[in-house]
Amino acid sequence: MSAVEFLLAGTLAAALPLLLAALGEMVVEKTGLLNLGLEGMMAVGAAIAFICVYHTGAHVLGFMAAAIVSAILAMVFAFLVILVKANQVAAGLAIGVLGLGLSALFGKTYESLTISGLPEYGLPLLSHIPLIGPTLLTQDIVVWLAVIGTIALWYVLNKTKLGLIITAVGENAEAARAIGYPVAVIRCAAVAFGGTMCGLAGAYASTVYTPLWADGMIAGRGWIALALVVFGTWQTGRVAFGALLFGILSLGELTAQAIGVAIPSQVLSSLPYLVTILMLVVISRHQFRASKRL
Amino acid sequence: MKLRLVRRDAASRLAMFGAPVLALILTCLTSLILFALLGIPAGKALHALLLKPFLSWYSFSEVLLKMAPLLLIAQGLAIGFRANVFNIGAEGQFIIGAICASAFPVFYPDGNLPFMLPAMIVAGGLGGMAYAGIAAGLRTRYGASEILVTLMLSLIAVQILNYLLLGPWKDPRGFNFPQTVMFPGNALLPLLFENVRPNISLIFALLASLFAYLMMERHFRGYQLRTAGLAPKAALYAGFSAPRMIWLSLALSGLAAGIAGASEVAGPLGQLQRSVATGYGYAAIIVAYVGGLRPFGIVASSFLISVLYIGGDSATVSAGLPVAAVEVFQGMLLSFYLLTFTLIRFRVHLDREATA
Repeated sequence: MSAVEFLLAGTLAAALPLLLAALGEMVVEKTGLLNLGLEGMMAVGAAIAFICVYHTGAHVLGFMAAAIVSAILAMVFAFLVILVKANQVAAGLAIGVLGLGLSALFGKTYESLTISGLPEYGLPLLSHIPLIGPTLLTQDIVVWLAVIGTIALWYVLNKTKLGLIITAVGENAEAARAIGYPVAVIRCAAVAFGGTMCGLAGAYASTVYTPLWADGMIAGRGWIALALVVFGTWQTGRVAFGALLFGILSLGELTAQAIGVAIPSQVLSSLPYLVTILMLVVISRHQFRASKRL
Repeated sequence: MKLRLVRRDAASRLAMFGAPVLALILTCLTSLILFALLGIPAGKALHALLLKPFLSWYSFSEVLLKMAPLLLIAQGLAIGFRANVFNIGAEGQFIIGAICASAFPVFYPDGNLPFMLPAMIVAGGLGGMAYAGIAAGLRTRYGASEILVTLMLSLIAVQILNYLLLGPWKDPRGFNFPQTVMFPGNALLPLLFENVRPNISLIFALLASLFAYLMMERHFRGYQLRTAGLAPKAALYAGFSAPRMIWLSLALSGLAAGIAGASEVAGPLGQLQRSVATGYGYAAIIVAYVGGLRPFGIVASSFLISVLYIGGDSATVSAGLPVAAVEVFQGMLLSFYLLTFTLIRFRVHLDREATA
């Protein structure tokens, strides 16, 4: 397989953990919170999913267990921030460290064991297209479900009343409360959703993308997902596009080969973060200027 | 009937001490249960974690060695945290500090440079400060969140470190390991005691603590920073310049983290290697909070977290505790601290229907 074919085949799978975690965090941030514990929630999800699939052989159970455990960890964050009113930066980092530690603790006896991944399915008819058919359009079931899920999330956030309520809570919590929306409950639900998505992201990383357990296997993907939310300016479509872009970049050296340029892989690995800083400056500038005029 | 949290007018002195102690007790109890569930001899593990570090001079000296960077970084961070400036990228400033300091011994591996060590420490501090300054500039000029910028910069710093160690700065006689040459003797910090590793960076950290105390608790500048954190509108109304607070917070925390990074390569490591990025910058955030963001509290909390590190090392041997248990312990400690701190600062108020 050439580098280009490899990229076509691998990008969606590489992007998937980033996409799921980032979409979850996006909803959290839309309600006006910031949970920095993505890396830890993904790690604990990855460990639980691996253990579950290792013993039962059922990926469905692994994904469900990961979603539940990561959501529980997210609820610790929600409890500290929403109920106890603790600082959210500190609370996010706390559950992040906790999740990373727990993942290593649970996964200790499973170190470098492997399981089988999932079969890949081609889209009917379309998978016969040369080049992209057997690569880009042949993916495992989770990828196809994630594509559908992303569209569904876009629909909910942009076309339904629930989406409007979420936006209202984030943009003006006082007003939302005055109208009678249960702000704390909505935020709790958003944080739980964020945790669930991180759990699924971790589960995909450890049981499908690279079906083996190694401590530290999330390897910074939680931080990239956090960057991705900013990069995507809190919009589902742009976050999904960003996930693909960052997914390609995460394949680092392969990408460099495909482009045929000798760029140090560290430059490629830094690009998501650099672009995110740039993006942050561009977005913030408008609001900053506007607030200064007042 | 409705539960409500009401802020107390003043937290008692007892409460300030009570919160971290209560958090530590809760953490110990919870980890006892967790360890027991995982089949780890819990009593043995806790003994190794909390007591072993005090049982020999060597392990106690290792605690002091760990304490130096944690204390120094956390003092810098706490200044910003109290002013609501969240530098969570101390890890990056630490790495950049280590890199800047390493430039001198890398280019003068024979030590043919006068004032090698002072130059390294100054370069490390300035490097860390400049790196944090990027976040300060973007925040004050464009309003970009310093939380995200400092975090992104840390992740970039790791890549810069990797690039240098795998490429231009790799020791040509180092069997292809990603590390620089071993530093010459005049690039190493003097040791405090014979035969054990703590060096004078512990003195830097203690001096920084004193400085932080004088500035934050005794000087007008500290009053301005604290006001900016507690009541941003009041600070603005009083004419305290918000950009100046942001610059000051990030510059001081970057400086401290940079010096800590320089001290790490000029201290226990003796060369620049990948393991310089072991997460002191993130652990220091926990240290700062558990110390109540107060200079003297941070001295105590940095000691406690260092004990946990060293205790964790010994527990891996004696009780079969995974290295990750230390992270679990730290995460729980911060979570419980955030909980107990709030319960002490606020009181739970019961609104009755009748009074409403």
